[in-house]
Amino acid sequence: MKKPELLVTPKSIPHIKELIEAGADAFVIGEQKFGLRLAGEFSIDEVKEATQIIHEAGKKVYVSCNALFHNDRIDALDEYLKQLQQIGPDAILFGDPAVLMSVREFGITIPLHWNPETTATNWFQVNYWGERGAKRAVLARELSLDEILEIKENSKYEIEVQVHGMTCMFQSKRKLLGNYFLYRGEVMEIENRKENKNMFLHDKERNNKYPIYEDLNGTHIFSPNDICLIDELTEFFEAGIDSLKIDGILQTEEYITTVTSLYRQAIDAYFDEGEDTYDEIKDELFEKIKAIQPPLRPLDTGFIYKETVY
Amino acid sequence: MLQLIENESIRETINGKRIITKKPELLAPAGSLEKLKVAVHYGADAVFIGGQEFGLRSNADNFTIEEMREGVEFAKKYGAVIYVTTNIFAHNENMAGLEEYLRAIADVGVKGIIVADPLIIETCKRVAPELEIHLSTQQSLSNWKAVKYWKSEGLDRVVLAREVGAEEIRLIKEKVDIEIETFVHGAMCIAYSGRCVLSNHMTARDSNRGGCCQSCRWDYDLYENVNGEEKPLFNEGDAPFAMSPKDLKLIESIPHMIELGIDSLKVEGRMKSIHYVATVISVYRKVIDSYCADPENFKIKREWLEELDRCANRATASAFFEGEPSYKQQMFGFHAKKPEWDFAGFVFDYDEETQMVTLQQRNYFKTGDTVEFFGPEIDTFTMTVGQMWNEENEPIEVANHPLQIVKFKVEKPLHRYNMMRRKNK
Repeated sequence: MKKPELLVTPKSIPHIKELIEAGADAFVIGEQKFGLRLAGEFSIDEVKEATQIIHEAGKKVYVSCNALFHNDRIDALDEYLKQLQQIGPDAILFGDPAVLMSVREFGITIPLHWNPETTATNWFQVNYWGERGAKRAVLARELSLDEILEIKENSKYEIEVQVHGMTCMFQSKRKLLGNYFLYRGEVMEIENRKENKNMFLHDKERNNKYPIYEDLNGTHIFSPNDICLIDELTEFFEAGIDSLKIDGILQTEEYITTVTSLYRQAIDAYFDEGEDTYDEIKDELFEKIKAIQPPLRPLDTGFIYKETVY
Repeated sequence: MLQLIENESIRETINGKRIITKKPELLAPAGSLEKLKVAVHYGADAVFIGGQEFGLRSNADNFTIEEMREGVEFAKKYGAVIYVTTNIFAHNENMAGLEEYLRAIADVGVKGIIVADPLIIETCKRVAPELEIHLSTQQSLSNWKAVKYWKSEGLDRVVLAREVGAEEIRLIKEKVDIEIETFVHGAMCIAYSGRCVLSNHMTARDSNRGGCCQSCRWDYDLYENVNGEEKPLFNEGDAPFAMSPKDLKLIESIPHMIELGIDSLKVEGRMKSIHYVATVISVYRKVIDSYCADPENFKIKREWLEELDRCANRATASAFFEGEPSYKQQMFGFHAKKPEWDFAGFVFDYDEETQMVTLQQRNYFKTGDTVEFFGPEIDTFTMTVGQMWNEENEPIEVANHPLQIVKFKVEKPLHRYNMMRRKNK
């Protein structure tokens, strides 16, 4: 059996170095102009520097281009892809087929990962985008364990699953926070809040707290809980899921690093020592994450064991 | 306001006059066979309906294959066509039965499907190649290059994201030769379509498979987390944080949309009443026809706008078509709007000799009420209801049973499918 890749989202260049130490195998970086909801903001020069550091360590780096593009960003996207071709990251993430068109047009040879978030929901799609050049699909986080396993079984391409962190549940192009403040005549609130990511919506009926922020791509709202599957990995391991992702959006560097090292231990225990060793330590690993969990962020297992109706 | 640029490619000279001959399709929603018939009768060129599977309104009254057949036959008499929405993002378990379903749709004469998932696109190409394939707004298609991609995949039409503005549409039209469909009227998502799973999280209902419970229309409280302290970002008595969008209404932008060469103008709302469909479709029909017949002298008539307002239950806005929507295009605080008129009766028959109308009650009314009749064959008129009779020809003063048959005298001629509204007091 092959060890799955442990994929993380660094917040800065120094953070990348810490994460390499902590045992990460691969990194998602990029900037909000092209990629959605990244943990850190990396300019093209920083992408270059990061790629160098990551490659020297023998790890992989993926650059996110999974925004929903409007016409006004297509030229910049083309330019960006050409620059990436020079830099040579290990993959480009995309959701919008415009990226696929540009990659074909400019002879970009960097592999593609298909990552449209909410809409990657069945194995046919994985093969469809695979045949069009995506060697990996990043699955929607709203799928059950059985659905994920069935997709892996029926698809000819790599499968990536998020195992930790919060997930986006809503993206609007509108500036919903700004609009709320403007409605109340509080222009200063907007001026003062350019980079503020500490806001949340309180849903009184469910007593849930949903993180919310605005950026170039509009308004983003996040899940009330952080997924944590550190003690539920056996079936992913057995199924041969190719990449396990820790999403560190809205978390501190310290938190992401600790969580990364704990998942490293979980993967290594299973593959180096065996299933029994993993079973012995997994509860302890879970407790360690629980101990550093921010107060407003309860843990859950996402949709892995939750059924949705329609 | 945007500058209107005359588009020569949609014009022809007929009898010495420059008129617009490339009229966009007026596309109406229908949640039932009755709504479909009303939509077509009131002027829709095409109607989109949902089947019992693979569509995004799992609680709308959806069509059986037999009903689709009847709908197609009815539409054909008017030269109109039917599209079926199959725009879920399927999960593995939804794959079964798809081939048979698409085959059945094609066999009853549906013209095309509206679809988001490549699974359904590819299956349709394989088993029902005679169906047109239209890309659903669920793909949130926002740029010309992605449009070009779907064109290269053989799609016949794309429905653009609701976030795309007029100038963006112009460039898309310029760069790619494919039919473009855009929304002109109705309720809409505040999120990019397909990119919202609020319902999944809040109510375990899958929004991308028809389970949306409109959590975006609920109220929330906005807080800030300052070093672990929860600080409210609102004051006592402030309207709560809300992201409910006003309903789309682009009636005044129709000339602009026609000049852009948009191929299909879509009205949203398969759950809406026949009264809503009739009112909205008839007004848009008039605007499209009047503009195309004489673009130079076209003016929006106040009575059209007033007519459209008669079925509005929310405030309206232009969303992204004319630029980025501000807070004024959202609803904060209390936002229900009571319409001035209620749909009260649906005309089944009119006897010219006796001047008696037979109609089906759709809302309470009584002798002495002020009512108005409207429909494509008549000029809207107002009258006072006199003596009424029920189905057994017994005299009645009040029509208070839902769907009861009522007869009374109306001096001006009426037609099947005409509608009666009653003024709210």
